[in-house]
Amino acid sequence: MNYTAIRRTLGTILKFEAIFMLLPCVTALIYGEIEGAWYLLVAAGSFLVGQLMSMKSIDTHFFSKEGFIMVGLSWIVMSLVGALPFTLCGDIPNYIDAFFETVSGFTTTGASILVDVEALSHTSLIWRSFTHWVGGMGVFVLILSVLPNSGGYKMHLMRAESPGPTVGKLVPRLKDTARILYMLYIALTVMQAILLIIAKMPLFDALCTAFGTAGTGGFGIKGDSFAGYSVPIQVITAVFMILFGVNFNAYFFLTSKDNKKLAFKIEEVRVYFGIIVVAVIVITLNILKVCSGFGDALNKAFFQVGSIITTTGFATDDFNLWPELSKTILVVLMFCGACAGSTGGGIKVSRIMIMLKTARAEIQKYIHPRSVNRIKMDGKPVEDETKRGVSVYLLAYAAIFIASLLVISIDNFDFTTNFTAVAATINNIGPGLGVVGPAGNYASFSWLSKLVLIVDMLAGRLELYPILVLFSPSVWRRKG
Amino acid sequence: MKIIVAGCGKVGKTIVEQLSAEGHEIAIIDHNLDVLNDMANMYDVMGVAGNAASLSVQKEAGVETADLLIAVTDSDEINMLCCLVAKKAGNCKTIARVRNPIYHSEIGFIKEELGLSMAINPEQAAAREISRILRSPNAINIESFARGRIELTEFIIPEGNMLDGMSVIDVKKKVQSDLLICAVERGNDVFIPNGSFKLKSNDIVNFVASPQDGRNFFKAIGLESQKIENVMIIGGGTISYYLTRILRMLGMKVKVIEKNKERCEKMAELDATVICGDATNQELLIEEGVKNVDAFVSLTGFDEANIFFSLTARELNGNAKLVTKSNHVSLVSMIGKLNLGTMIYPKYMTAESIIRYVRAMQNGMGSNVETLYKIIKNKVEALEIIIKEDAPVKDTKIVDLPIKDGILIAAISRRNEIIYPNGQTEFKVGDRVVVITKESGITDIKDILDI
Repeated sequence: MNYTAIRRTLGTILKFEAIFMLLPCVTALIYGEIEGAWYLLVAAGSFLVGQLMSMKSIDTHFFSKEGFIMVGLSWIVMSLVGALPFTLCGDIPNYIDAFFETVSGFTTTGASILVDVEALSHTSLIWRSFTHWVGGMGVFVLILSVLPNSGGYKMHLMRAESPGPTVGKLVPRLKDTARILYMLYIALTVMQAILLIIAKMPLFDALCTAFGTAGTGGFGIKGDSFAGYSVPIQVITAVFMILFGVNFNAYFFLTSKDNKKLAFKIEEVRVYFGIIVVAVIVITLNILKVCSGFGDALNKAFFQVGSIITTTGFATDDFNLWPELSKTILVVLMFCGACAGSTGGGIKVSRIMIMLKTARAEIQKYIHPRSVNRIKMDGKPVEDETKRGVSVYLLAYAAIFIASLLVISIDNFDFTTNFTAVAATINNIGPGLGVVGPAGNYASFSWLSKLVLIVDMLAGRLELYPILVLFSPSVWRRKG
Repeated sequence: MKIIVAGCGKVGKTIVEQLSAEGHEIAIIDHNLDVLNDMANMYDVMGVAGNAASLSVQKEAGVETADLLIAVTDSDEINMLCCLVAKKAGNCKTIARVRNPIYHSEIGFIKEELGLSMAINPEQAAAREISRILRSPNAINIESFARGRIELTEFIIPEGNMLDGMSVIDVKKKVQSDLLICAVERGNDVFIPNGSFKLKSNDIVNFVASPQDGRNFFKAIGLESQKIENVMIIGGGTISYYLTRILRMLGMKVKVIEKNKERCEKMAELDATVICGDATNQELLIEEGVKNVDAFVSLTGFDEANIFFSLTARELNGNAKLVTKSNHVSLVSMIGKLNLGTMIYPKYMTAESIIRYVRAMQNGMGSNVETLYKIIKNKVEALEIIIKEDAPVKDTKIVDLPIKDGILIAAISRRNEIIYPNGQTEFKVGDRVVVITKESGITDIKDILDI
């Protein structure tokens, strides 16, 4: 194990976090809020420590093992530090709560322990939303895109942080790939912010919303999330949520000169839109009774489906009160999640597709025992390695899910609450049903449950393995 | 530059390793997904799985915008087709590895018609290299700069030689020949020596000199080069075939020992004594006169066997010049200790000459490195850099330049003159400067400056 390389990376992360924290500092200046001082203090401290930790080390060579540990540890350290100002400035007095909130931010979950969001200072609000934006595309992807090229083995980092069953590059150089991804990400975010401002949303709200949407996070800055905003704002946000759930390869193809058509041919993206359309139609019809007309129902259904499938977690209505069919569809969408290579969470559409296709091939095998089947995605055969990866992923996912469910049921809430709380955190959505529904929050859970949910959120965002590797003893043994 | 490498065998891997370290944008094509994944993990490259000669695969690798395609798959035909497709689809430069002697005898036509920028034949290149070494047996290795006007020669100081215990500064005074000792390998360490560095016997010394100065030097230190007349070659593969042909042209007597009857017959086409037998049999070697040969070359397909043959030959005939072929560069540090004479790595040489071509190509695009050699187990680079009009070092004395540590300016070729520079030497436009460094990735003369 190359501890120096890990130490250095953590140092770099801390330095970057210090830079991120300048945004709340600036906000504090604008609104004249005293909380900014704490952010500045933490930023300065974190930069100093980061500088000390990233002092020159001789051996910068690392392998996949270190890559996973770097990513896993970095996200934890990043959240631990990011939670400090919340507690120091008194907005979230309990440190575990603040840690929960920050993890929820960075992992783009959007699950909150806050009873009254609007009581928070602007400084903390924007930091909260900004963590979504940073976590959405991933902090390592950002680092890779700005730090100088220093040769190989960096792919491990990118792979550990980017979602999806297979992670490829768009262009040969990792740095360029990371840069393209961030360019697209920034462009879409800016576009959304501008549209929101045009739709008469206040600048501060527009920024926070854009950050929250881009990362598919879901921290609202209002107590009723999105219900209070006008219909155009809701529609813009819904559209952008869905856009951020699309595989970023599609956007890359769209911006390239002669591959535009390819963007519309990505099977996963097509299925993703298919699922959205079907879900919206069914839910609209189902909630007609509880809404004030077809338009209202369509708007609510569209927003909620977009919000849940992309694992954002904004809400325009308390879907806790919707009919059972709609609620069940939403829970199913929670697991389905967005496309691979997007900022969304969940199991990912492509994994589900591979799983279903494998199942179909298996059934074919029963009917024609000697038939040879190769399942395909985008017209290309799927490697056995990928298929195996998907099955193992789902198994590990289920195992973590069940274990978490068992632990948090100690708190004695009803099954719906427990089940959806775990689902909403491991899939990085935010609100679930019951006590943790859009109108509720996670404040009433015990600290143990909160820690479990924190691990779930991290595991969900980093696609299990970095966190599992971090906790597997064999990695930390000195020999082997 | 944007480069596509088709085929990720040993050659492909070596090329990718070096070129990605130099910051090129690289896409690799191979049909083996595991290999691609390994490579993508190790180096900053993009992998595309599939048949390298297929247009759609090449397009996926970005052939339309590529500057160069290097085809080094294990099949000549795929390599050539691959280059043809790339040429038509993307109008890039192409390099193909073509090793089959049948194609190679028609290489001029093939190059012309397929528009190849370079066709490389590893076996022939290796044979040429070996023949060069056999011509000057004192040297383990010779690389040439400035169109052959400067040579970098590697040799071992024998036990009891006058150089043992002599400091580098004294060598110049006592031996009275112009040259510059630029790198010394002792055990696992590599030194770029200064004047007070003391040489020891068994040191592997690299010096830069003109060919004439080099010969004078060997004479002066009492290593009179005896001419090689009898060569014994073990193994009758492609390299042996080319080597035998070259050696016969040079008028040497060649004896080839090969187990396989068919190969023997192929070798017998050439004017050499071909023995069909097993070289692991010491009796056979002695019978065929291993004790009297001037040089012994192990060229079978098995590294272990080659090492064993060379060890045997050293045991039986201490005076013979040994040349040993190996396919695994990774064995370098272990084999070095065995004193097997000159080691030849055909795969590595192929990669080297391709990289040299890439650098030369880049030369037209901003780099001024004319030639590059990796010496001493690839730990040291020797480069030839041309001083251009805009070089920051021109008309400046070397003492006045902030030159980085560990960089040695070994020689300058200025028109027909060879200069072994000292602090007062000035760089002039048009100079070809030979630089020795432990660093990698120098592409311009300004890279040697510490600024």
